Amino acid sequence: MRIVGIDLGTTNSLIAYMDGQTPRVIAGRGDRAMVPSVVAMTDNGLIVGDPAKEHLVRNPARTVYSVKRFMGKGLADVADELKYFPYTLSEQGGVIRLKIGEKSFSPPQISAMILKELKQRAEAFLHEEITKAVITVPAYFNDSQRQATKDAGMIAGLDVVRIINEPTAASLAYGLQQRTQGTIAVYDLGGGTFDISILKLKDGIFEVLSTNGNTHLGGDDFDHVVAEVILKDIRATHSLTLEKYDDAMQTVRLEAERTKIRLSDEQTATAVIELPDGKGTYRKVFTRDQLEAITGDLIERTLAPCRRALKDAGLQTSDIDEIVLVGGSTRMPLVRQRVQELFDRAPHSELNPDEVVALGAAVQAGILSGDTQGMLLLDVTPLSLGIETMGGVMSTLIRRNTTIPSSAKEMFTTYVDGQTGVDIHILQGERELAKDSRSLARFRLKMPPLPAGVPRIEVTFLIDANGILNVTARDMRSGQSQSIEVKPSYGLSDEEVEQMIGDSFKFAAEDITARKLIEARLDAGALIAATEKSLGQGGHLIATDEIAAIRAALAALAAARDGADPRAIRARMADIEQAAHHLTATLMDDSLKQALQNKKLSELP
Amino acid sequence: MDQTQNTSNKRTELQMARSMCWHCQSEVTGEYYCGQCVKVQPLSKEMDYFTCLGLPRLLAIDTAALEAKYYELSRTFHPDFFQSKTEPEQQISLGNSALLNTAYHMLKDPVQRAEYLLKLEAGSAKDIRNSPPADLFEEILELQEDLEAFRSASGDAKETDQYRSKLLVDRAQLEQRRQDMDTKLAGLFTKWDTIQNRAPQPDALRPQKDDVLKEMRELLSNRTYLRNILNDVVAAMEGGHADRRH
Repeated sequence: MRIVGIDLGTTNSLIAYMDGQTPRVIAGRGDRAMVPSVVAMTDNGLIVGDPAKEHLVRNPARTVYSVKRFMGKGLADVADELKYFPYTLSEQGGVIRLKIGEKSFSPPQISAMILKELKQRAEAFLHEEITKAVITVPAYFNDSQRQATKDAGMIAGLDVVRIINEPTAASLAYGLQQRTQGTIAVYDLGGGTFDISILKLKDGIFEVLSTNGNTHLGGDDFDHVVAEVILKDIRATHSLTLEKYDDAMQTVRLEAERTKIRLSDEQTATAVIELPDGKGTYRKVFTRDQLEAITGDLIERTLAPCRRALKDAGLQTSDIDEIVLVGGSTRMPLVRQRVQELFDRAPHSELNPDEVVALGAAVQAGILSGDTQGMLLLDVTPLSLGIETMGGVMSTLIRRNTTIPSSAKEMFTTYVDGQTGVDIHILQGERELAKDSRSLARFRLKMPPLPAGVPRIEVTFLIDANGILNVTARDMRSGQSQSIEVKPSYGLSDEEVEQMIGDSFKFAAEDITARKLIEARLDAGALIAATEKSLGQGGHLIATDEIAAIRAALAALAAARDGADPRAIRARMADIEQAAHHLTATLMDDSLKQALQNKKLSELP
Repeated sequence: MDQTQNTSNKRTELQMARSMCWHCQSEVTGEYYCGQCVKVQPLSKEMDYFTCLGLPRLLAIDTAALEAKYYELSRTFHPDFFQSKTEPEQQISLGNSALLNTAYHMLKDPVQRAEYLLKLEAGSAKDIRNSPPADLFEEILELQEDLEAFRSASGDAKETDQYRSKLLVDRAQLEQRRQDMDTKLAGLFTKWDTIQNRAPQPDALRPQKDDVLKEMRELLSNRTYLRNILNDVVAAMEGGHADRRH
């Protein structure tokens, strides 16, 4: 059974597969492999990717981008970055909900829409149904964020056979291609997150020594500081407060991104923004120096995690043999410069930083399916796992940077005679106090009603190869295992995921119609334009009643295009092709004749 | 102590007499797989980390060989290779891998290795010290006073610098003490290995073994105490959180 590899990114997503022993990304229309991680919910259904990106400005309140930043999070976690998000957010059961139109969606549901788009793309390309996938996540993602990603896969109808870390995925693709041995550092600065992983590569084993990062630092943040400068400038020069206009805010954000990208290749770039209410056009020239001055602090914030990762691996910068850059943001010259200074070594960039993670996911898929042999990835858990003990202190069970799978056992008993349960609070993080750590989940351990201290329940905390926690309990006196219901602090319950899977099937029919409609409209537009052109070129060559018939068919198609029935559009398109058949043939004859006339007789065969 | 010996004898016997295959109930003859149905077998819950990695109970370890064995066993047990197998096999692979990972990392680090050996041979790893060891008492007291002064120092830069340089001197002194401890520890490692090589049976030369273990336990406790203090100093000077281990 084929397993595909998916890079579910903050700004762009990709899908890749193994072509024999070579990982390849799958391109869509127009040969673009990257699918912008943008979802637009229009009146005519769901749109994902490039066409959805256009809706960011046209219909900002119903277009979702960077949803990855919300995965596995509560509302309070994202409070300070909502400036550019025009839709209403709420929270239910520790999970953010986005209100789009009349409906409410959890971040895994939105991510599932992107996954479905990728799935369909792969199915069209490979001519087979795709049901299994490896999906990548930032290495520094916590348990809730990983679980949310797995939920997204399930909602999209995918069996997520493995969650792997983005920098380690990149190392697989890199190692496969370069046949490297030694110690490498993968510096991964993506659209929304930063990761650093240090690995030892030896005889096909990819052993992660340490990892660190910041799940809230990436290209989006660079865009925001550039956008801030533009907004402030427009306020000063045009007395316009753009924050009031959702669409203009998206225009500014996208133009800030474009400007930033251009400054990676050029010394200056001009941001151009059409102002609302007919206030004219705003222009501002940015120099690369300016960009570096305002983004320098953000880049600086990636260096401390690098040092911590080195320290945890017990290594010096001089022990690192190679540095691999991953993620679109590593195209910025200042990022490269700072990384080079830190490690005192020029970083590698042979591989396309946008594609390498998806390629690595495909390699891992090949390992899991047994098609790719000789390689094995040994990854670590990025954050310490523990439980809350008396006095609100976190007692660590599994330390950060422990190789996974990993397990820890803890024995629990009672303090009061006849006590029937013990509440357990699972935490993740590096802080000493429970209140400073991330709450993962809670559960109640059932105890047999016996004198205090007599019950002995052994709880096993196991972090699996996905970096996701599994908890099991066993009564040591009876030897019976106990089923426990772990309630995630920031996650969907199993019932909710089930419900969302059901909903997604229900909406699937609507989605397919919506997709067909969009494609039919695009094709209709192209046919109308082409027919108009033919009429202009060859109208004089055909009879007037033929022209009238074509014009009538064009009008009918234009009317159908405004409707919502893709089959009607296709039918009117067929009418045009028939009506314009003679015209097309005549034009071809004519152009052939002209071509011949332009040549001398001697040149003819 | 006697009790520990008995259980450790019993443990060896259990491992020798391999049990039945969980799947086909035939006697397991292969090392990790059933000879009959070729299903992976769970590593015994009683198995110690030395046995897991095929090593004698010695403290000097060839780390390259340890790594090679770890990689080899990872290729045997890792869940990646059980993706298409049955649920019980996947669970066994998960459990075996988790045990292997813990075993490898425990044995790779010399201090953790010694602590683990203590636990195996003498029941518990080490005592948690709450007061400084006698021979370090004065130095640690001085350091703690200086640390307190540094922490409560007013914003005056000159004053802070003064305390800082004092702390640096204290720290260097204690770092030296720690290095001395490590040298002493290495000596105890050799001592243990010599006795163990001469008499690998658990009961043999027991009094001599216990003497070494007792000395080792004392030293490891002092070392941990000292390291936590040093970490506090580093954290205070860097303004971060102390990174306490063990």
